[in-house]
Amino acid sequence: MGDITLTIDGIETRVSEGMTVLEATQQAGIYIPTLCYHPDLAPYGACRLCIVEIEKMRGLPTACTTPATNGMVVQTNTPQIQEFRRGILELLLSEHPHPCLTCWRRDKCGPFDICLRNVDVTQRCVLCPNNGNCELQEVVDYVGVETVDLPFTSRGLPIDRENPFFERDYNLCILCGRCVRVCQEVRGVGAIAFTSRGSETLPGTAFGRLLRDSDCKYCGACVDVCPTGALVERNRKWEGAPDSKVATTCPYCGVGCQLELGLKDGRIMEVTPLRENDVNRGQACVKGRFGIPEFVHHTDRLTTPLVKKDGAFQEATWDEALELVASKLSGFKKEEVAVMSSAKCTNEDNYVVQKFTRTAFGHNNVDHCARL
Amino acid sequence: MAGLVTTFGSGAMTNSIREIGDASCILAIGTNTTEAHPVIGLEIKRAVRRGGKLIVANTREIELVSIADIWLRHRPGTDVALLMGMARVIVDEGLHDTAFIEERCENFDALKESLKKFDLDFVAKTTGIPSGKIVEAARMYAQNSPAAILYAMGITQHSHGTDNVIATANLAMLTGNVGKPSSGVNPLRGQNNVQGACDLGALPNVYPGYQSVADAAIKEKFEKAWGAELSDKPGLTITDMFAAADRGEIKAIYVVGENPPLSEPDALHAIETLKKLDFLVVQDIFMTETAELADVVLPAASFAERDGTFTNTERRVQRVRKALDPPGDARSDWWITSQIAQKMGMKGFDFISSSNIFDEITSLTPSYGGISYERLENGGLQWPCPDSEHPGTPILHTAQFARGKGHFVPLEYRESAELPDDEYPLLLTTGRSLYHFHTGTMTRKVKDLNNLLGEGLIDINPVDAEKLSVSDGELVKVTSRRGNITARANVTEVSDEGVVYMNFHFAESSANVLTNPVFDPVAKIPEFKVCAVKVEKNSH
Ligand code: SF4
Ligand code: SF4
Ligand code: SF4
Ligand code: FES
Repeated sequence: MGDITLTIDGIETRVSEGMTVLEATQQAGIYIPTLCYHPDLAPYGACRLCIVEIEKMRGLPTACTTPATNGMVVQTNTPQIQEFRRGILELLLSEHPHPCLTCWRRDKCGPFDICLRNVDVTQRCVLCPNNGNCELQEVVDYVGVETVDLPFTSRGLPIDRENPFFERDYNLCILCGRCVRVCQEVRGVGAIAFTSRGSETLPGTAFGRLLRDSDCKYCGACVDVCPTGALVERNRKWEGAPDSKVATTCPYCGVGCQLELGLKDGRIMEVTPLRENDVNRGQACVKGRFGIPEFVHHTDRLTTPLVKKDGAFQEATWDEALELVASKLSGFKKEEVAVMSSAKCTNEDNYVVQKFTRTAFGHNNVDHCARL
Repeated sequence: MAGLVTTFGSGAMTNSIREIGDASCILAIGTNTTEAHPVIGLEIKRAVRRGGKLIVANTREIELVSIADIWLRHRPGTDVALLMGMARVIVDEGLHDTAFIEERCENFDALKESLKKFDLDFVAKTTGIPSGKIVEAARMYAQNSPAAILYAMGITQHSHGTDNVIATANLAMLTGNVGKPSSGVNPLRGQNNVQGACDLGALPNVYPGYQSVADAAIKEKFEKAWGAELSDKPGLTITDMFAAADRGEIKAIYVVGENPPLSEPDALHAIETLKKLDFLVVQDIFMTETAELADVVLPAASFAERDGTFTNTERRVQRVRKALDPPGDARSDWWITSQIAQKMGMKGFDFISSSNIFDEITSLTPSYGGISYERLENGGLQWPCPDSEHPGTPILHTAQFARGKGHFVPLEYRESAELPDDEYPLLLTTGRSLYHFHTGTMTRKVKDLNNLLGEGLIDINPVDAEKLSVSDGELVKVTSRRGNITARANVTEVSDEGVVYMNFHFAESSANVLTNPVFDPVAKIPEFKVCAVKVEKNSH
C-alpha cells in the first residue's frame, strides 16, 4: 500500500493508505475527542464525538469510520463541530452523574473537601471510583461543557460487586460498547452483550446472570477499555493514578506478556498489559492481570534466612546462613552434591547457578524442572 | 525437546506468537491453549475469525473444541498412532510436498516404510477415532497452507513423549510447513522461563546456548573463561538425582526456586527421598513444601523486586525490571548463589548487577551474542541473534534446518506404560488450570484465584459416575498403584468415558501422588499424562 496526502486543519499530512481519518489525524498529532473508538477494536461509529468536516462530503462524518483518501481536506475543530459535540455530551451527561465534570470548584477540590451546598450527596465526584482517571473527563474538558441544562436522572442501578476482581456500576456507563466488543472481538468470549433492562439497553450477561455463571474468564480486558468508572478494578478503586510505572514481564506462563506495574506508596496498585509489543499487544489473562500484587505483597513471604536447629527453623543473618551453606557444601565429596535450578528464575540466575555447579563441583549435576 | 533436536536441529518453537493468527490451518494437539497459554489462545481465535481451519486433538472437550472444524478425541497416549495415521493418509493421497522433501529433508524412504504399519483400520482402532475423521483432518492440514502445529505438555509428558514430538515434526516436514510464516512446530512452554533456563545451560548435558559438555573445544572455551576445571561427562537429570539420592549417592542438594514434591510424579516418594538427604538448602520466595524439609532456607526476591531477563516460549528475550525493594532481607537469586560461591573461596562470582552477568552470558553464548540490556530497552529480541546488528530471528529453519537437512524419523506405536485394567479401571490424565500456575507457589497465595478454584477436582464422565454411584460435588477417594488422595468429583462430559482428569496445583490433593514415575528414555520427562486409577466413594 502506498502513501496518500491529506490536509488536516490546514496541515498537509502524509499517511499510509488504508488508514481512517481519525488515525491520520492522530498521526498528525491533532486531537479529536473519541469515546467509542479504541485502537484494538473495529471502528464502531456510535458516540459521534469524532465528527469532522470534510470538503465535498455532506454532513458531519465520523472520523473513526471514514477512510482517509488522497487530497482530502479535513477540519476537526470548527464552531459548528464543537456545538454538535457539546450537544452530544450534554445528552450523555443527563444520564451520567456529572458534577465531577462541571463543578466550578473542581480544581480546588481536595480529598477531604466537603461539597456542602454545591453538589447533591449522591452525585459527588468522590463517589466515582475512577475519579481523576477518566476519559470522559478528558473529552468534556476538551469540548468545554460548563453546564448541563437537561435534568439529571440516575438509573438507580445496584452496583455489581459479585466477582472478586472488578466492580460494575452501570450508573456510570455511557454505552460506548467497548467492553462488549473487546470481549467478543479480541477475547473471543462474548460473556457480555448489550441487553435490555426495562426501557434501557446496557451491557450485561445473558439473562442478567452473574458474571461467575457466564463464560467470563476474568481477563480484565473490558476493564482496561472502559473509558469511565463503570468497570473498575477493585484493588485500585479510589486510588487515582499511580505514582510511577514500571514495565516488566509476567512471571506466570511462557507467553511472557509485557505488563506495566503501577506503583503507589511502595505497593503494586495495578497491573495492566502493555500494547506496544509483538507478544500480547494490550492483552493479558486473569493471572497476570489480577494475580500479581497479592503474592508479591503476601505476609507469608520469606524475609530472612532460616536455619533448622533441633527440627525447628530459627532466624539467621545472611553471614551465618551463607557460611553454614558454604562450609556444609564444601564438606561433601563433590559427586555427592547436586543442584536444581528453576524455570521461574531469570536467565541471569540460571546462568550463575549452572556456572556455580560446574566450577565448584567439577561436574554437571545441574537441572531444572523444564520437563514438567 | 529432544524430538525436535533430532528432526530439525533445534528444540525451540519454530515460529512466533503473532504469526499464529495468520495461519490457514492450526493443529492444536495436547494443548489446552486458552487455559494454559491464554494470550496464545487469542491468536488461535483470531485465525479462526479470519477463516483459518482449526483441528483440535484432545481427549477433553476443551474450550477450543467449540470453535474447531474438527475435534479428534483420541485416547490419551495414542498421539503417535494418530499423527502417523494422518501422515500415511497424506502420503497415500499424494498430498505431500515432494519439492520440499527432496530439497530440504532426508530419510524420507525410511519414514514411508514405517508408515506401512499405520493403516487406517489400525489407527482408528488404536485412537478410537472413526477413520473418516482421520482422513478429513489429514486433508485439512495438508491442503491449507501455511499450517501450524501447536503442542504443550499433553504431548511431552508421556513415556514416549519424544516420539510424539517427532511425529509432529514428521508431519510438518512432509507438508513443507517449516521455515515459512505461520507454519512450523510450536512447543508452548509451561513456566515463564523454561526456555531461558534451558538456553542458559541449567541442564546436565549442555552449557549455555546448547553447547555440549562432551565437546572438547567447548569445554576448553568455558574452562578458560571460568578459570576452572570442568567435566566432559553429562550430569544427572532431576529424575536421576532423586534416584541417586534414594540410593544414598547424592547427599546434599541445593534447590533454587523449585518445589519438587508437588511437581515430581510419585510425590510421596520424592518427599521421602528429600528427607534422606544429609543437607538440603532451599531458596524461594515462600515456605514451600520443599522448603519445609530444608536445613537452610534462603529468602529470594520476587520478579517485581529485581532486574533481569526472561526468555519466552517464542525465544524472545525480554526484560524484567525492578519495581520495589524486596521485603526484609530477601535477595536476588543470583546474588545469593554468588555469595555462597565466594564464601567457598571461588573466583568469578563478583557480579555487581544482573546486566553485568548478562554481558558474561553474551560473551559465551553465540545465539545470545548480539543481545544487550541496551537493545532490550526497545523491546524483546528473538534468538538466534549473533551480533549487535542482527534483528533477531522470528522464524527458524528458513533457508535450511539448524542441523542442515530435516531428518525424517520412522516411528512405531508403543502403548503407555500403565493402562487401565480390572483393578484400576480408569485412565487418569493431568493438566493445568487457567486460574493457577504449576505447583501453585505463587497463585495459591492469591485469595481471589483460590475462590474461583480452591480445591482439587477430579473430572468424571457422567456414565462412569453413575457406575460408581458418585454424584457431582461428592468427595471421592482416588487410588493408583502408588498412593491415594481425596478430591471432589466434578461430573462432566468434558471428560471422556473411562478417563478422569485432575490438575496438579493443590498440595492437599496432589495428583502427582498418583502418577507414574516412568520416563521417556530420551527426554526424561515423566509420564504425567497417563496412569491407571480407581475411584471410590469416600467411606468417611
Ligand atoms: S473480564 Fe474478560 S471475559 Fe470477562 S467480561 Fe470482561 S472481557 Fe469478557
Ligand atoms: S461499561 Fe464502560 S466500556 Fe462498557 S459500554 Fe459502559 S462505558 Fe462503555
Ligand atoms: S498474563 Fe497470562 S497469558 Fe500472559 S504471560 Fe501472564 S499468565 Fe501467561
Ligand atoms: S469515536 Fe468515532 S463515533 Fe465514537
